[in-house]
Amino acid sequence: MSGRVLRRHLASRAMTAVVVVLSFTAVLALLLILGNLVLKGASSIDWAFFTKSPVPAGQSGGGVANAIVGTGIIVGLAALIGVPIGVAAGLYLAEYGSGRLGFVVRFIADVLNGTPSIVVGIVAWTFIVRPTHGYSALAGSVALAILMIPMLARTTEEMVRLVPHSLREAALALGYARWRTSLEIVARTALGGIVTGCLAGIARIAGETAPLLFTALGNLNFSVAITQPMQSLSLQIYVYATGPFDEWHRLAWASALVLMGLVLIISITARWVTRQRYGRIR
Amino acid sequence: MTSLPVERLARPQSLHATDRSDRIYRRVLTGFALGLPLLILIILGVLFTGALPALKRFGPTFLWTSTWDPVAEIYGAAPMIFGTLASSVLALLIAVPLALSVAIFLTEFSPGWLRQPVAFLVELLAAIPSVVYGTWGIFVLIPFLRAHVVPPLKAVLGWTPFLQGVFYGNSLLAGGVILAIMIVPYIAAVSREVLLAVPASQREAALAMGATRWEAVRSAVLPYGRAGLIGAVILGLGRALGETMAVTMLIGNRHDIGVSLLQPAYTMAAAIANEFSEATTNLYQSALFEVGLILFVLTVAVNAIARVLIWRVARGQAVGSRAL
Amino acid sequence: MVASANTRLRLEAAHLTALFGQHRAVRDVSLLFPAHIVTAIIGPSGCGKSTLLRCLNRMHELTPGASVQGDVLLDNVNIYADDVSPIELRRRIGMVFQRPTPFPTMSISDNVAAGLRVNGRQKSSDVDDAVARALQQAALWDEVKDRLHTSALALSGGQQQRLCIARAVAPQPEILLLDEPTASLDPAGTQRIEELCHALNRLYTIVIVTHNMQQAARVSDYTAFMYLGSLIEVGKTNELFTKPKVEQTEAYITGRFG
Repeated sequence: MSGRVLRRHLASRAMTAVVVVLSFTAVLALLLILGNLVLKGASSIDWAFFTKSPVPAGQSGGGVANAIVGTGIIVGLAALIGVPIGVAAGLYLAEYGSGRLGFVVRFIADVLNGTPSIVVGIVAWTFIVRPTHGYSALAGSVALAILMIPMLARTTEEMVRLVPHSLREAALALGYARWRTSLEIVARTALGGIVTGCLAGIARIAGETAPLLFTALGNLNFSVAITQPMQSLSLQIYVYATGPFDEWHRLAWASALVLMGLVLIISITARWVTRQRYGRIR
Repeated sequence: MTSLPVERLARPQSLHATDRSDRIYRRVLTGFALGLPLLILIILGVLFTGALPALKRFGPTFLWTSTWDPVAEIYGAAPMIFGTLASSVLALLIAVPLALSVAIFLTEFSPGWLRQPVAFLVELLAAIPSVVYGTWGIFVLIPFLRAHVVPPLKAVLGWTPFLQGVFYGNSLLAGGVILAIMIVPYIAAVSREVLLAVPASQREAALAMGATRWEAVRSAVLPYGRAGLIGAVILGLGRALGETMAVTMLIGNRHDIGVSLLQPAYTMAAAIANEFSEATTNLYQSALFEVGLILFVLTVAVNAIARVLIWRVARGQAVGSRAL
Repeated sequence: MVASANTRLRLEAAHLTALFGQHRAVRDVSLLFPAHIVTAIIGPSGCGKSTLLRCLNRMHELTPGASVQGDVLLDNVNIYADDVSPIELRRRIGMVFQRPTPFPTMSISDNVAAGLRVNGRQKSSDVDDAVARALQQAALWDEVKDRLHTSALALSGGQQQRLCIARAVAPQPEILLLDEPTASLDPAGTQRIEELCHALNRLYTIVIVTHNMQQAARVSDYTAFMYLGSLIEVGKTNELFTKPKVEQTEAYITGRFG
């Protein structure tokens, strides 16, 4: 091998090595974070952690039951508002989105996907908190729903487009109206994918904190009233992690582990739904 | 086949009917879809009306005034704008090599069995909530930086203006590093899809001419996907600009412009997060609305540029939208 | 009745031109499809035979940019008239495609019933009877009668295609359009479908598009030969294949092109 060829091969090897090392650094960061979460959080998780509400600052004990229930309510309500709108917009993009309006909607959905969530918090505050003169879980849910919509629109579109065109034709040839073809055949066939998209969207908003800061606000007590301030796991973690007490820090880690676990369970369920569906069809 | 049933059921033979249902369906869906353009207009409208008092009072000086004094009612966003840009640029400097490496590794070098697990792990990185990153940053990252990163950095580059002052923990450096970790999965996911969209023939042509695998990547694959890769990076920038919680928890939240990475700073998103519910006067609140307006317009512009670049490579496909 | 079933006119294309944008895929075709007769349309790939078929139940117009000039008459009603509903029309004309298209989320029984349910006929005993009858007509009943409520995707390709035929005939259309129905099947599956064509023409007027001349010769009573969008020749199948009148037809059926 001539010197030049050898040098080229060495350079190639070296760059490959750099790429591999940097890739594994990124993976390592994840493993570190997850490892820390488990190490520092798991020891504080017991039955009381899930069943009790927080105790006053400085005392030990207590749990995050209010935050877990609050997260469920805020996120559930957000999904109730966001899923129909997002999925319908996605169906529009898949069914009628080839024209100019479709292009505009698609582009805006993509752009909105990267919108800072805190800005959406301001919008929900303006429309709900300010007129009602009070922070509320509902305002938080609206903010989270707005965050979901553009994402759901795009994933729904993508999933519906995966349905073979021949199925649509078969339904139309049978005398299905276009709307029935769209809903009963096409969307029904893509349902697994749409559900996956919805779950992924829910997983993402479940961890959101910024838009809740001045909408749902947080609440140290157990509350299920959507017109009142409500605690969420994410808000609780923020308060505890930035607070001065060691006890709070301990609870912050434990809450972070629970939140992470929740998000992971939803994400993995989403993957599982996809596999089930397409494993059977294709 | 003689026993085939042949009787016919009576039924209307008319072909004439009007189908209004399809038109209604289309209108309903269109209505929902119009919600998205409407949403962007509503957000702009809300921010603009909220910001009007501040806009009237300070005009464009808001952008370059460094004072933020709720008592004297003088507001200027220069430190936050600076901090937002500085932390994002720092994050990109760290994240881009990592993320591109992941994308290149996954599309070009990885053995088949490793591809799925690595892609999955990097995707998980995107699933971690911002506030969890912040918690990890406070209790793990900052002590680590203090013990193992800042001292050697100071030893080598301590003479530069970027490393002046004492490192207390919450700082531009901590904020930038956490942002970097957070945007790696976004850049990696989109870059990967861009690289996957590069036709195999590009790669094969280079290999057939005797290029090594790295040379094929550098001379054929990367140039082909260049616009999309730049788009991916800009998309990461958009994320970094608007990221709120982790940065709020780590950057120090001080209205100050300083080039030292070790000093506390502030970002626009962090200022809104910290001060919005405390803003007691109308002008204070309006100033925060204006900060929100600047942040929104900036991220929309950055995202729009990124999307145009990505769409150019992967025409019309929702590249990366699943990851985002 | 003076006219017997064999001569009663069911379907007629009159000066029919089908366009994709500016491209004329079917050029000024006039063709009769007599009742209870199997008409085959043959021709090389891209000759417009499938497009012609898709004009007969107004499927062509669903392609973006596609349009139609001329008339298609069903019992002397122009199906392209303004007040004709394409949905009602398609309920009276069954269609089977090149590849089997069972609805993946439905069971075998629901697949066959799909066209009935969409017609609004809901009584479940009626539907069950119609499903059984359709499956018998499609010669699939014996193979699936014990698993009517299992997924249609478990069937073989040939079975799926017969399922699609059952689905098309379940609403008892007057006309059945078959668009290369055996293109994706093995010889055994092809044979079953061809046998079906013979059996079903007592009940339906059948139009079959095929690029397989032997198939046309085996199943059809009349054959039309198309080339470059135009109708070149049409006649009784045995005459067209043995004594073609036009030189292009002869060239095609003797294998000199196509």
